[in-house]
Amino acid sequence: MNTDPTSRGRTAAGSRVGEDRVAGAPSRTLDEDSLGAELRRYVIGLVLSALLTVAAFLSVGTHLIYGPGIVMAVVVFGLAQVGMHLVFFLHLTTAPDNANNALALAFGFLIVCLIVFGSIWIMYHLNHNMIPPRELMDMRG
Amino acid sequence: MSAPSTALRAGRDPYHLGHGADAGVPEFSGHGGGGPAPKGIVVGYGFWIFILSDVVMFSAFFAAYAVLLDARAGGPGPRELFDLHMTAIETACLLLSSFTCGLASMAVGARSLLWTELALLVTGLLGTAFIGIEISEFARLVERGAGPTHSGFLSAFFTLVGCHGVHVSCGLLWLGTMMAQFAAKGFRENICHRYLCFSLFWHALDIIWVGIFSGVYVIGVITG
Repeated sequence: MNTDPTSRGRTAAGSRVGEDRVAGAPSRTLDEDSLGAELRRYVIGLVLSALLTVAAFLSVGTHLIYGPGIVMAVVVFGLAQVGMHLVFFLHLTTAPDNANNALALAFGFLIVCLIVFGSIWIMYHLNHNMIPPRELMDMRG
Repeated sequence: MSAPSTALRAGRDPYHLGHGADAGVPEFSGHGGGGPAPKGIVVGYGFWIFILSDVVMFSAFFAAYAVLLDARAGGPGPRELFDLHMTAIETACLLLSSFTCGLASMAVGARSLLWTELALLVTGLLGTAFIGIEISEFARLVERGAGPTHSGFLSAFFTLVGCHGVHVSCGLLWLGTMMAQFAAKGFRENICHRYLCFSLFWHALDIIWVGIFSGVYVIGVITG
């Protein structure tokens, strides 16, 4: 679709402000046959997301995955499904016309990681360094 | 002092702000050439930034939940409280509603009022089913004494999942508004921009829910 020279205009490379893709919008050619292609994208996204959801729920109490690794498997299924949603439902790509959206997402991802992993890291060490309540009682008594 | 003033005197725009071809820069170089971006792109990008800030807010609630997971005050943990069958149904509702929201986007692109309203109606019904199941789950928890006041873990749980539920409820209100506006005003440009923001919002809610059902429910039941 994107390689069609008439729809891309004269200069194909570089970030073109006037050609930026709207966040969440599919690429620009909306005629009859691209409707079929768009429907196919949504169906692929739905099927893949459903498979990953089923996999996540089936990992509870499964013996197919090494026991201590099940949690990590669920995390991987979840992250993969977020990727499916971004690609097939939100039409996010790394194409030049989508660079602004992808960069904003990358920044959001950075902040999310800082907040979640930073909090867990700090609070784990705080708990680790605190005197357990039982010892505190012993000291008082 | 000299550089900008001489440039202005020469009638040139030193930073090529909006005079692409005249100033001799390649057209649409990404430096403001070609004028400001169309309204649809500005609206969509702005709303995308809002969605990301919403995701950042949810990440703070996720972090609070992860930190407070063991603060149970002698009360029940995830394994005793969560019913994964209900969570699976909720997940199916929200995933399907995200799909039908995509179908509605296609119908808006094709300017078909009937299909737009139909797809939005299905989206709304699935979203309502999701909210109904969630409310009944919350009621069940409060009934058995595991309300948000019981422990730090339950406070964090109700805050995180409840905040998502509030978002879905607001999304349902917005969805009803969009259905009415498409019916009353048709596919005007600003209505279509508004719908684009709504579809972004709805897909983002499903992405948040992926984090909640895997991180809170499934992993909660696995690790106890």
